[in-house]
Amino acid sequence: MEKRVNLTIDGRAVSVPAGMNIVDAAKTVGITIPVFCHHPKLKPVGMCRLCLVDIGRPQVDRATGAAVLNEDGTPKIAFGPKLETACTTPVSEGMVVWGATEKVMAARKDILEFLLTSHPLDCPVCDKGGECPLQNQTMEFGSADSRFLLDEKSHAKKHFSLGELITLDRERCIQCARCVRFEDQIAGDPVIGFYNRGRKLEIATYSEPGFDSIFSGNTTDICPVGALTTNDFRFGARAWEMKHKPSVCNQCPVGCNITYDVRREAKSNGKTVIKRIMPRQNEEVNEIWICDKGRFTYAYAESPERLTQPLVRKNDELVPVSWDEALQTASEKLQAAGKSVYALVSGRLSLEDLYAVKTLTNQVKGKISLYANMGGGEWVTRVGMTPGSDLSKLEKGSTILVFGSDLHEEAPIWWLRVKQAAERGVTLVNASARKTRLDLFASFNLTYAYGEEEKAVRELFEASSDAAKAVSGAANLVVFMGSDGMGQAQTTALAGLIAEGLVKTSHFGKPNNGLIPVWQTANEQGAYELGILPDETMADGISATMALYVAGADPAAENPTLREAMQKAGCIIVQDLFLTETAKMADVVLPTQAIMERDGTMVSGERRAQKFGAAVPAARNTKADFEITSVLLEKLGGEKLPANAEELYTLLAKKESNFKTVSFKALSETHEQSPLMGRNEVYYGGTGYANDFGLGVTLPLVTGENGMPRKTLMPDVVKPTRNQRLALPVTHLYDQSKAVHASLLKDRIANTLSLHPEDAEALKAENGALVTLKFGNAEYEQKVTVSSDQPKGTLLVTRNCGLPVWQPEAVEIVVNTPTTERGAL
Amino acid sequence: MNQLLKKYPEEINRILSRYPIDRKQAAVMPLLHLAQGEAGFVSRTALQEIAEITGVSATEVASVVGFYTLFHDAPEGKIRMQVCTDLACDLRGAREYLTGLCDQLGVKPGETTEDGLITIEEVKCLAACDKAPLFQAQLGDEVEYHENQTAARTVDWLRSMSAAINGTPLKTVKQEEVNPDEGGSHE
Amino acid sequence: MSELILLRHRDIAGLNQLKTYIANGGFETWKKVVTSRKPEEVLNDVKASGLRGRGGAGFPTGVKWSFLPNNIWPHYVVANSDESEPGTFKDRELLEFNPYQFIEGLMLTSYAVQANDAYIYFRGEFSQIAKKFEERLAELTAKGYLGDALFGTKYSLRIHTHLGAGAYICGEETALLESIEGRLGQPRLRPPFPAVAGLFDKPTVINNVETLANIPYIMEKGVDAFRKNGTEKSPGTKIFSLSGRVKKPGNYELPLGTTFRELIYKYGEGIINDAQIKAIMPAGASSTLITATDAVLDTPMDYEATTALGSPLGSASVMILDETTNISHVINETTHFFSHESCGKCTPCREGTFWMRHISDRIESGKGKKEDIDLLKSVAGQMQNKCFCALGEFSTMAVVSGIQHFRADFEARLES
Ligand SMILES: Cc1cc2nc3c(=O)[nH]c(=O)nc-3n(C[C@H](O)[C@H](O)[C@H](O)COP(=O)(O)O)c2cc1C
Ligand code: SF4
Ligand code: FES
Repeated sequence: MEKRVNLTIDGRAVSVPAGMNIVDAAKTVGITIPVFCHHPKLKPVGMCRLCLVDIGRPQVDRATGAAVLNEDGTPKIAFGPKLETACTTPVSEGMVVWGATEKVMAARKDILEFLLTSHPLDCPVCDKGGECPLQNQTMEFGSADSRFLLDEKSHAKKHFSLGELITLDRERCIQCARCVRFEDQIAGDPVIGFYNRGRKLEIATYSEPGFDSIFSGNTTDICPVGALTTNDFRFGARAWEMKHKPSVCNQCPVGCNITYDVRREAKSNGKTVIKRIMPRQNEEVNEIWICDKGRFTYAYAESPERLTQPLVRKNDELVPVSWDEALQTASEKLQAAGKSVYALVSGRLSLEDLYAVKTLTNQVKGKISLYANMGGGEWVTRVGMTPGSDLSKLEKGSTILVFGSDLHEEAPIWWLRVKQAAERGVTLVNASARKTRLDLFASFNLTYAYGEEEKAVRELFEASSDAAKAVSGAANLVVFMGSDGMGQAQTTALAGLIAEGLVKTSHFGKPNNGLIPVWQTANEQGAYELGILPDETMADGISATMALYVAGADPAAENPTLREAMQKAGCIIVQDLFLTETAKMADVVLPTQAIMERDGTMVSGERRAQKFGAAVPAARNTKADFEITSVLLEKLGGEKLPANAEELYTLLAKKESNFKTVSFKALSETHEQSPLMGRNEVYYGGTGYANDFGLGVTLPLVTGENGMPRKTLMPDVVKPTRNQRLALPVTHLYDQSKAVHASLLKDRIANTLSLHPEDAEALKAENGALVTLKFGNAEYEQKVTVSSDQPKGTLLVTRNCGLPVWQPEAVEIVVNTPTTERGAL
Repeated sequence: MNQLLKKYPEEINRILSRYPIDRKQAAVMPLLHLAQGEAGFVSRTALQEIAEITGVSATEVASVVGFYTLFHDAPEGKIRMQVCTDLACDLRGAREYLTGLCDQLGVKPGETTEDGLITIEEVKCLAACDKAPLFQAQLGDEVEYHENQTAARTVDWLRSMSAAINGTPLKTVKQEEVNPDEGGSHE
Repeated sequence: MSELILLRHRDIAGLNQLKTYIANGGFETWKKVVTSRKPEEVLNDVKASGLRGRGGAGFPTGVKWSFLPNNIWPHYVVANSDESEPGTFKDRELLEFNPYQFIEGLMLTSYAVQANDAYIYFRGEFSQIAKKFEERLAELTAKGYLGDALFGTKYSLRIHTHLGAGAYICGEETALLESIEGRLGQPRLRPPFPAVAGLFDKPTVINNVETLANIPYIMEKGVDAFRKNGTEKSPGTKIFSLSGRVKKPGNYELPLGTTFRELIYKYGEGIINDAQIKAIMPAGASSTLITATDAVLDTPMDYEATTALGSPLGSASVMILDETTNISHVINETTHFFSHESCGKCTPCREGTFWMRHISDRIESGKGKKEDIDLLKSVAGQMQNKCFCALGEFSTMAVVSGIQHFRADFEARLES
């Protein structure tokens, strides 16, 4: 039992766990002590002095140690001469706190007046207006007029960009250091700090590019004034004009809970548009944070390149047609293909979409296959996370193994949570072929050579090194498996190996044990849970089919072999948002809806099923993937599927064994979370939203021998010839995807190719040199980056950068622009 | 390549050895002093280099530069003359001294002489209150005290510094009016 | 003047040369203590001596050392050589002219708490002194007074220098620790106190230069010899930095409990032009302004009696104001000082020091109105008891007392 402490606050009895500070203790009984610098997720600092309260403690006789009593037998309480900060003072037994006496109220007023001597009165044009704690607290506790001559206010630099994403208004800053502390303590990336001192103290960044943190947007949520705002939202709308649409982010497998803030506006021709994305609290998933990719990449949905018209190939040209015609054509082609129908789906689709396609292929007795560049999900259904898991509950004695993943780039919020776990004392074993940002926090950093993954995993589960002991002997063991430098075949084998290790060491089937795959799409796990698997003979399947049905995937752009195979397919039907390379080859193209335009459900890498919701009306003339498939299914004589996501999910849950126990209603359930997110209240956790939409449900594991996954062998990595190099796929957060391109993040798109300095020197390729990559019979031109974070002899290629490197490949590099002859003179 | 590290490998090792190995950040201030000794100010490059050596972010290093008044982020005069005008010195005529000096050099506090030799700054107590008026001269990263000053005495010293550093005579204004018989006597 | 214990160099020429210091018995106590006395004996002697910290707060030194927990290691000792209070210039004299006595004190302190590494934090302006110290420490190491396995024992001690760069707040002990650790000099939240989690989060003793310079004497001559000077509660001699409108400003080492009158008129030789003394600031810019009545002049300068006058003794930087001094001007100087030196961490100090300076400027420039005087005083009151550290509180002392006792000086400056 945790120790509890009893005290009174404003005359009310309070009982809270020992160690809690007075602000939080007061909050538990609904008493608000106003704060600025204090944030429940950050270490207390006691700087702003707004939370000053009067604190009395039971008097103790120094000599006897006994409590001193009043005449009436009650303990005598001694009050200090000074008010104390409630945010830094932990509760103690018998403490008496007064938070609303005249003295305390006067102190609050004093502090607010001090803050306002420096703060501009530009609320009418400030983005924070309407959700600003300084504004709220001034209304509540402040004084109506200032004794300071307002025209003497000092002026600091107004709004200027700290890099592409964030704008700073120095005049508005109240020096609470929340932003600085967030970046230091939470993001582990202290790229903003204070410059100068005293009243000149100002926020500054010296990183290149400015404010270079992938979590930078969160500082704008927790900044208690309008000093930090996103460049994306600035002057976009007023807080009170927006409607809040809860949903889930689909940029990576974490499944962060978000809220779309939308507004109907004249400047968008009366349309309802997304003005910003904010975090929605889910302490078991993303707490109150989201990464910048999740926050800033929604504009792609408004791209003028969106498909808004079904297309059908006529005389070898795709021409716009009506939905009726397009669907009729497609269904005829599918009908004709019958058993040979081959459907390719991806983890970009929702459970409902996937279920609809699965039903359709069942109907025609065709085949459905998961298009993905990483495998192993069939193992995850058996040894993945179970209900009751929550990474934030892992404690000392437990171990997290991260294998082959640069979590910071691939799943930022998992990186945060793993870092926090390591800081709480969880043993972190980080096995990787290259340096990553996790190295700093790991107890063990194990480096293996690309291609030696099998050996590395076996050693971790079988050898007797300290790291291996930490893995095998962990109270709880969570393994993150990535696909760094690996393709589908390697990762499938790797997942099997890890699953074997987890079973052998009994680290599965109980909360906070098991395998978390770092998928490249948001709902990849969902496909596996529906029994949709990748197909090793995909190319054969495609070339043999009479009708290839592709939804949410672009194999033509990514895989030359599949592209070739597609040329042999009888016909191609594609559903997508854009006219992709695959769509360009299609006979029928059906425009679909983006995630923010529709409802649905997804399963995260932690096997948490969550629902997402539409925020804005769909683009003209588009349909949700499952709607399109449903019509086709019906035309093919299949059952009539429900027309909305909720009912379709309910049907799916009835039919699909992994979802049997997880009702749609259960997905919508919430419970009170700590810390409480106060938005407009004086206790200010940030502008993120409390969760009233649903926290999601972790799926139960699949058990039993039936349908046991097949173990595969780890394939050998290709051996480059003398003039070739091993090209390995790696994931970068800011890749060349449409979503990143359409956003402010486009300037941060990461290097596409990188070489070790020694290799670069041997090739005479300087940082930034243009090179040609030759492999197969294709050539690609790209810039190289030189980085000593990777092993010698490797060429790292970013996934989604236009090069079809999705598994280890042997390639030849030719330098186009030779090094400038420096020092030759 | 880290120029600072290249130029002062031993000095930097010595600095780092003063602090626990896992507390390299403690070396930030000594390294800033080292870098400032180079150019009289801390450049953006130096910030990066110090960040690299100590394993902290450039922003954290910059914060230190910003906080402490003896670190400078921009080049100024070769000699930074810092005159204490704090209370105890003020009570002993420091402000009059400063005004006299500024008049002769034709600059105001905070400004740099045209030849880039001298920047005059007002500073707070230098722990020499019994020897007011006084100034400290910051040259590169060296600080030296000059106590019990008069404007004339200071100008003499500046003359010799001008000759030594710039190889040119010190430019003063109104020197006739201020001190007609002092001119050139120490050249 | 009584026996010079700290300013001994005034009697012995060249005491800042190692050989002179050794020739005068230097480091013998050090050797004797390391080879023949237990650490707790040193601690007990210093406790018994009643020595109180000379850096400002006057906290009993031995008691402070005894707070270090013996289950957390390593321990550190830090010498506070930041001396930045306007009006204080005593440590500098010791550092320049009697450095070895201070170093020996630092060594003995380190031994008492079994620290193997000690740091001397110099204010940035003392860069030349710091440089000289590095040479001195190297020489001491070469000669075997510092380093590993001292005098054949298991005890090792290294002393390092750390140079600040211009920030008064770094004299505050936790800001000083932040500064050594390479960050902004902003004070830390307490608890934990430095004695438990100080430098590099380890138990740390922080003492002023003058405090430390007393230790060799206590260990050499004994507790009674030390207690011969001063009063029961404030034993020993103290260096008084006398400045302002006196004929002979300077450092005077006198027993604690010497009266203001003796310091000012006997040693300081009275007021410039024999003018009338007006007020005393006994603790530099951080003082309350004390009207210099006869009763005040006859008050003994010790920690208790001075505090009873309304101002702590601080580091005994006694600044004298005379009838020619306008107090509004004095306040203008102190408010400028504190707004320049506020670290900016907490709201009341950051904003309050600025605002006070701003109003004081307005009054000084002749644009003030009567209500500005009250406003100034009320802003100071508004800061009191709310600041994160003592700097903010210090900044209000002269303002409140100045207006209270010398309102006419402010009124004289107002817009006519
Ligand atoms: C704003 C401020 C400035 C201070 N400046 C100094 C200083 O310059 N030198 C010093 O020794 N102590 C200074 N102190 C006191 C120190 O915090 C600390 O109490 C002292 O160094 C302890 O040493 P002692 O016990 O030997 O006096 C200052 C305190 C404050 C609050
Ligand atoms: S920018 Fe905002 S969060 Fe950062 S210190 Fe200023 S007020 Fe606080
Ligand atoms: S000091 Fe407690 S909230 Fe800022």
